[in-house]
Amino acid sequence: MISKSYDLVVVGGGPAGLAAAVEGYSNGAKSVLILERDRELGGILNQCIHNGFGLHHFKEELTGPEYAQRFIEMLKDTKVEVKLDTMVLEITQGKQIHCVNTKDGYMIIQAKAIVLAMGCRERTRGAIGIPGDRPAGIFTAGTAQRYVNMEGYMVGKRVVILGSGDIGLIMARRMTLEGAKVLACVELMPYSNGLNRNIVQCLKDYNIPLYLAHTITDIQGSGRVEKVVVSKVDENKKPIPGTEITFDCDTILLSVGLIPENELSKSAGIALDSKTKGPVVYENMETSVDGIFACGNVVHVHDLVDFVTAESQKAGRSAGKYIAGSQPQCSSFIEVKQGSCVNYTVPQKIRVRNIEKTAELFFRVNNVYKDVVIKVRDDEKEIAKFKREHMAPGEMEKIVLPKAFLENVKGALTVAVEKEEA
Amino acid sequence: MLNGRKAVLRYSFFIFLTKQKGKVSIMYDVAIIGCGVIGAATAYQLARYNIKVAVLEKENDIADGTTKANSAIVHAGYDPEPGTEMAKLNVLGNKMIEEIAGKLSVHYKKCGSFVLAFDDEDLKTIKKLYENGVANGVPNIQLLDAEQTFKMEPNLSREVKGALFAPSAAIVNPWELCIAMADTAKLNGVDFFLNSKVDKIEKTDKGYCIYSGKNKYEASYIVNAAGLYSDEINNLVADSAFKIIPVKGEYYLMDKNQGTLVNRVIFQCPNKAGKGVLVSPTVHGNLIVGPDAQEIDSADDVSTTQSGLDFVRNKAVKSVPNINFRESIRNFAGVRATSERSDFIIEESKTAKGFINLAGIKSPGLSSAPAIALECIKILNNIGLELKEKDNFIDERKKVNFKYLSPDEKAALIKKNPLYGRVICRCETITEGEIVDALHSPITPTTVDAIKKRCNAGMGRCQGGFCGPRVQEIISRELDIPMTDVELNKKGTYILTGETKKGGMEQ
Repeated sequence: MISKSYDLVVVGGGPAGLAAAVEGYSNGAKSVLILERDRELGGILNQCIHNGFGLHHFKEELTGPEYAQRFIEMLKDTKVEVKLDTMVLEITQGKQIHCVNTKDGYMIIQAKAIVLAMGCRERTRGAIGIPGDRPAGIFTAGTAQRYVNMEGYMVGKRVVILGSGDIGLIMARRMTLEGAKVLACVELMPYSNGLNRNIVQCLKDYNIPLYLAHTITDIQGSGRVEKVVVSKVDENKKPIPGTEITFDCDTILLSVGLIPENELSKSAGIALDSKTKGPVVYENMETSVDGIFACGNVVHVHDLVDFVTAESQKAGRSAGKYIAGSQPQCSSFIEVKQGSCVNYTVPQKIRVRNIEKTAELFFRVNNVYKDVVIKVRDDEKEIAKFKREHMAPGEMEKIVLPKAFLENVKGALTVAVEKEEA
Repeated sequence: MLNGRKAVLRYSFFIFLTKQKGKVSIMYDVAIIGCGVIGAATAYQLARYNIKVAVLEKENDIADGTTKANSAIVHAGYDPEPGTEMAKLNVLGNKMIEEIAGKLSVHYKKCGSFVLAFDDEDLKTIKKLYENGVANGVPNIQLLDAEQTFKMEPNLSREVKGALFAPSAAIVNPWELCIAMADTAKLNGVDFFLNSKVDKIEKTDKGYCIYSGKNKYEASYIVNAAGLYSDEINNLVADSAFKIIPVKGEYYLMDKNQGTLVNRVIFQCPNKAGKGVLVSPTVHGNLIVGPDAQEIDSADDVSTTQSGLDFVRNKAVKSVPNINFRESIRNFAGVRATSERSDFIIEESKTAKGFINLAGIKSPGLSSAPAIALECIKILNNIGLELKEKDNFIDERKKVNFKYLSPDEKAALIKKNPLYGRVICRCETITEGEIVDALHSPITPTTVDAIKKRCNAGMGRCQGGFCGPRVQEIISRELDIPMTDVELNKKGTYILTGETKKGGMEQ
């Protein structure tokens, strides 16, 4: 019961899916379909009504909905079709997409190529195991943001935020502006994972204290949250008895990490990376399944939407080329490995023949470092190095390697961060 | 359609008012206090007869105490000492649950169970359990050596020396079992009263008068199925006969990628505190790990603790070493209603005639529930309740579980009702159609968690992060109540504190 066939089907209509669809259309895909589960395009950008988006890509400062709108406008000049309120249930290795909505019913759509752009979800209380009562008033920061910015409802009056990631920081300011009292922002690590500008503009400007190396050790409340206990942690992140601070509050917002949402990727038999929790990808964002590409937060969690756009354009272009048959056939690849201090790399595999001039490598470090060198090695042999004054887990790092360098690589490529030698 | 619904709501409100004024006073044959799985099973069995039955539940939903937070196991019946009520009722209840789950569309899977032995002492224990099982009439029970054990469960610890295998053990959705039986009872004429905490019980000429706030209910017989509060309910009208000792147990619920680590319920050898920490698949494909056993003061204390969770974790990896606890999606605690007696308490009060206690229903309480109900009915019949079977008893419940249908069935369903084409809960693939069905099921759910209990929306890995606001919106629309009045679960669990400032638009 194949309902319809398309050259390219993009799963997800957030920033990643939008950029991939536009780029796929202008690079060889004649029929393109975006499947979006929500009621409108734009994804999570729709609830990010603060500014700070687009500085890299559009060279101007936009709000989330404005940034999304730029791409939605671009769709108007194309024949890209969109199905909203449509949920993908399964993707097969043969690139059939099973999906449903209220209007078309159950559809099986055959695609020549697929771009996965499902984004990510938030880690919950259950994932990090905060003990205590289970009252109402505990939200992930993103859910709270949706209630406040899209549905028009307030979720609390006296708030403690766990996690100093960007969404947590943005929500500290947002809740304050809406009249709530934010009592504290609590961070397990000895440093914040959020952008520096957000720490200044969202906490400091509103005198909201940031408790570094602290965590929530108890939640109390029978109906709604009544109290939260915060403790200092030692270097092993274990709470130190006797350091408890109790806050009287009715709300806890959790900003404790994002997880790429890859249940559909698994159904398609796509290999996942246990570090990124996203698909293992090649230099052109192709996954382990021929003709299925992935981009944005479904591959690895990004800090800036501008970088999502760049990565997704690459995925869209590659999908276009794949459909047009202009992607060179190539089975040999270089494996990219993590050396010291590096948490993960994207891509995980590079097919040198597919590169035009340069290959981009993205990665994150596992701690805060000052005055270090990024070293790229071919097995033991150092082939490139890049100096950095400051590196932090919260900031995605990018290095660019020329094709000429890679053509001579014999073994595996290792990216490591090391102290600068005197 | 919406207007029709409003009219029905208004009409039921009218009946509610008249009842409150006492103008329509029904004399019930039996009033059941408490609607956990024991109360619901009793209501379901009594609904077969031509009698008037009422069920009073203190919470705003049924299946809200021990029934909603336990291991979700239908035990085979080798644990209880032969000759006890527990032994008899567990084995019978095990068979009955399979049948009821089939008739009433309850998630159930007869997956079997292992009790693991790690040393010679354990090997003796499982041999003793095997003998118990044979004496209790547990079917096809057998002892396995280490090799047989690993062949069936390759992810068990290599320290395992052997196991007791009981093929008739099963997993079930306990709150769904409770709701299915209660909904069926209601369809067959049983009256349910939520938010009806019993404050006072008076003996009358014809039986009892039960007071709950401003309401009173008269009944010839009372069945006390009040679980953790059954001693307090007993003491309202009879001499103290038992004391409930709340025993808390903490659990991990893991994501579905851990759900296939084991195929069966994996127990360790039982000890004084209970059946120990188990590792088991759930009917939804997750993995459940727990519980510990802590005697506590307050029956309402369902908080989790670091020490409790650490204990569970350390014990569980002894059975299944490679459980990935980073895949935890929820921790919870439940409280068992144990009593100081070693067996279930299923008896007429010695000091209050016609008042039946179903109390101290600890493990294997869930497994025994339908059999306990039959036992209760036997007592009622013996003390004078006339039981004549109805000829129009409805003994089925149909429920759409979209996720489990074939593509063709899904297509047909959406054609019939487009709301089945809108997926609200992404993690568990629960459609708007299923949520609307739940909202118009016999016992109306009014909270986000009551929807979760009926159709699983919000049970998945994002824990309602995405679907919570949508579910709230659907409840608000279907029941015609403001968004801000939709609560999470119990009374006082408000989710929203008001509306935002609206950016000055109102000025």
